[in-house]
Amino acid sequence: MPPVISARSYFIAFSTLVNKEISRFSRIWLQTILPPAITMALYFVIFGNLIGPRIGKMHGFDYMQYIAPGLIMMSVITNAYSNVVSSLFGAKFQRHIEELLVSPMPNLLLLMGFVAGGIARGVVVGVVVTATALCFTEIHVEHWFTTLAVVILTAALFSLAGFINALYAKKFDDISIVPTFILTPLTYLGGVFYSIDMLSSFWQTVSLGNPILYMVNAFRYGMLGVSDIDIGVAFAVILAFCVALFALSLWLLKRGVGLRT
Amino acid sequence: MNALELRGLKKTYGNGHQALKGIDLTVADGDFFALLGPNGAGKSTTIGIITSLVNKSSGTIAVYGVDVDEDFETAKSMLGVVPQEFNFSQFETVWEIVVNQAGFYGLPRARAHQQAEKYLRLLGLWDKRKDRSRTLSGGMKRRLMIARALVHEPRLLILDEPTAGVDIEVRRSMWDFLAELNRGGTTVILTTHYLEEAELLCRNIAIIDRGCIVENTTMKELLATLHAETFVLDVGAPLLTVPAHPDFALHLIDSTTLEAVVDRRYSLNDLFSFLSGQGISVVSMRNKANRLEELFVNMVQEGQRTPQPQD
Repeated sequence: MPPVISARSYFIAFSTLVNKEISRFSRIWLQTILPPAITMALYFVIFGNLIGPRIGKMHGFDYMQYIAPGLIMMSVITNAYSNVVSSLFGAKFQRHIEELLVSPMPNLLLLMGFVAGGIARGVVVGVVVTATALCFTEIHVEHWFTTLAVVILTAALFSLAGFINALYAKKFDDISIVPTFILTPLTYLGGVFYSIDMLSSFWQTVSLGNPILYMVNAFRYGMLGVSDIDIGVAFAVILAFCVALFALSLWLLKRGVGLRT
Repeated sequence: MNALELRGLKKTYGNGHQALKGIDLTVADGDFFALLGPNGAGKSTTIGIITSLVNKSSGTIAVYGVDVDEDFETAKSMLGVVPQEFNFSQFETVWEIVVNQAGFYGLPRARAHQQAEKYLRLLGLWDKRKDRSRTLSGGMKRRLMIARALVHEPRLLILDEPTAGVDIEVRRSMWDFLAELNRGGTTVILTTHYLEEAELLCRNIAIIDRGCIVENTTMKELLATLHAETFVLDVGAPLLTVPAHPDFALHLIDSTTLEAVVDRRYSLNDLFSFLSGQGISVVSMRNKANRLEELFVNMVQEGQRTPQPQD
């Protein structure tokens, strides 16, 4: 009689992958957890302490308080993305992705395992960066549910994006092109450092095409209670991107793109 | 029930190269089966398709009667694979690699630990369990891949060149291990370039060449098709000329080494009687080439002279 694969077996397979992903970024914490904290400290010193007082209030908040949610979200985005893209591409490069591919683990669990790893790193870095921010400014959370939901959904979204990038990547350059030429500009132009009210109507309209704007503003709403974007619209955009990228990732896995010849 | 059934398996890669041209293969439960072929013949593609690392173009695969297309997870839970190239994380320890693999097959943590310990001990890696995999020697890395493939106790184990690049001592210990595993009921499929390995271990054999199975029989029957064997004889005293005989082809390699091709119609006693009659004493003797190797080379050369079907 062939063995029967139970729901428990699937759960064990999934949790093994998640633990492996968490161990991976924890083992190299000097490269994964510490740098965002240092970068954020520098942002707070330069933009908060030195330049911030000259800028004055924004939406009724000190500049440092205003940019804190955006900076935290920037770290979450970058780290969720980098975790999955580097882990999956590294697994492809060293060929140990085959450990998963030959196992009975379904594509859905494989994808969810990598995404959960990305979310875990995004959340851990988010907490570290928030702790760093607390050294420089006061942070209140206005809407806890919104704040947590936005962090998790945004980390999931960029984990999925990193997953797709890694599937197509054939060399190390391919995993740095998207973060350098797409992710960083979109993040900087996503309202981290300013309100889009400061832009001309043309650039405000252009900015609405940037998905990161919705995440930064939804998170800022969760923490400060202010946003340039309607919170319902922001959630709808984030969810739509998550669903689309999730479906695309599963389809690519089913076809074996980048993993099976 | 058969352990593995391949029917009409075809693979054409994106660049148009047709690696498999419709393979049919059956491996019985409990068999020790050799899949041989020259480089690029399609062995690794076949294994890649069975283990789902390569997408097939057409055909069916059943593992213990379970169609891979219909119930991918169940079919794969019965398979273990040892690939040709090292494919584990260089940064993980031996223990992590084996325990994680058990987890991917759904083994609960306590059982995963138990199984990992069992196979690491059996393969002589227990003392290395805390070492990072990159620090292991080539032979240890091969054994680690075997331990990893066995941790969920698969019914069918597929090994792609498992002893490539390992020294003879390790190779022989691996042969003993695999033979014992097979005696315990695990079906084993082996691809290898060491034909001695296949001859020693395997009961049945298929030879694949340019994407087609050119021979599929028992090892015994295959070896019986040999018409002649070549022996190398060390003689007691230096020879200046080779004695002539109508049925044995003899020639000198050097003054004290003689090569003799003996037709299967004659016994070695006939050869020794003849040499003795010529006043030549034989000190020692060995096979010039592995018998299977000889057959394999003949078969592949024959295949290269015969046009292959294109479909």
